[in-house]
Amino acid sequence: MYASLAAALAVACGRGAETPARRGRVRVAAASDLNAALGQLITRFGAAHDVDVSVSYGSSGTFYAQLLNQAPFDMFLSADVAYPNQLAARGLTVPQSEFTYAIGRLILWAPASSPLDVEHEGLQALTRGSIAHIAVANPDHAPYGRAAVAAMQAAGVYDAARTKLVLGENVAQTMQFVQSGAADAGLVALSLVLAPNMKGRGRLFEIPVSTYPRLEQGGTILKWAADLDAARALRGFLLSADGQAILQQYGFSSPGR
Amino acid sequence: MDWTAIWLSVRLAAAATLVLLAIGVPLAYWIVFSPRRWKFLVEAIVALPLVLPPTVLGFYVLVGIGPMSPVGRAYARIAGQGLPFTFEGLLIASVLYSMPFAVQPFAVEFASVDRRLLEASWSLGVSPIETFRRVVIPLSVRGLVTGIVLSFAHTLGEFGVVLMVGGNLPGVTRTVSISIYDAVQSLDYAAASRTSLLLLIVSFIILASTYSLQRSVWLKPRR
Repeated sequence: MYASLAAALAVACGRGAETPARRGRVRVAAASDLNAALGQLITRFGAAHDVDVSVSYGSSGTFYAQLLNQAPFDMFLSADVAYPNQLAARGLTVPQSEFTYAIGRLILWAPASSPLDVEHEGLQALTRGSIAHIAVANPDHAPYGRAAVAAMQAAGVYDAARTKLVLGENVAQTMQFVQSGAADAGLVALSLVLAPNMKGRGRLFEIPVSTYPRLEQGGTILKWAADLDAARALRGFLLSADGQAILQQYGFSSPGR
Repeated sequence: MDWTAIWLSVRLAAAATLVLLAIGVPLAYWIVFSPRRWKFLVEAIVALPLVLPPTVLGFYVLVGIGPMSPVGRAYARIAGQGLPFTFEGLLIASVLYSMPFAVQPFAVEFASVDRRLLEASWSLGVSPIETFRRVVIPLSVRGLVTGIVLSFAHTLGEFGVVLMVGGNLPGVTRTVSISIYDAVQSLDYAAASRTSLLLLIVSFIILASTYSLQRSVWLKPRR
């Protein structure tokens, strides 16, 4: 009986179904603001290369903690540059493999049903008395959260907004707070709002990039990457003109410009 | 150590336990003693939080108490303030989330009370409510204590649901598990492990003392 249980467990753990590994393979840990863009990028990449790409989306801080413990990913696409740099400093990455692939853009967003005129009032809309909650990502650890606080300070609305802030764990969850109507407005990533399923769901105001710290998104290849050539090919595509064009279409700026 | 978060979690767990005691006991009584055939549906609903991912429950609660739902709107009209991102909102979520941990031990214990004692009481003209109070409850102390302790401990360690509906407000919705998570996210692993260790020890003491109390003589031994 124990033999059959062990066999069942092996199947459940995915050990029973090894496919012959002829194709290249890259396992990517990606920041959650890449969700829409990366799907398209990988489809385009897969058409030209014989490489399977599997992506896990999550919070960069969580991935960082997991990667410190050698989580089985080949490439890390972080929402900032600090995490990949720290991994490099600890000698956990392929030397000189760090790269900046995109610049995130911060927006103020309110659902279509909201009476707030964010498109014209911009951040000043946050001072309205009708607002009970403003969603931002946690500024203690989320880059978009830090950017949101800086932008509100620059616009002179932070003191009025401060007591109304509710903090999302990451920028994707922050978006959920606003989308569900629980918060009146939120400072989120442009990339989340440009996803196809978000079309027409709300109105946005793009916050001037000069008013918050640059949201440089960095990546790196991990030391234990199984297929280094495949990982390098994917990095190359991300930084190519084609890759950058897709990222721009989904609300990121190019690091070069 | 984030004492504000620890104190908040203790208050939340205590409040959730009180609410669960108030609604869990009648609900467990109804599940055990009702002749209704469809009561298995209610049992299944009560047990749902055991198998649903907290994120699913949390998302439903967020939408359910928010201004897009009639319930959320009605509450906001009466209280002058919406439920999301408040202690009350978190309390509702916690009660739903810990419901099976109260109702199931209660119901198991009520069901194990000797039917003959109940029938004896009823035939002596004692009303069902009075019988419940004077016969079933005293014989169910063990299950009641188990349900109370599990509800408290389970709410204390709640994470996913709080993350989904809380909004991380210090002293209002930043519970101890969120505080630990934040510390990990900010790479403050030392603070995270200090608070985690405290939570681990407290949880262990709560559970160990419950199981030891259940053996002691002042509780009636099982038949």
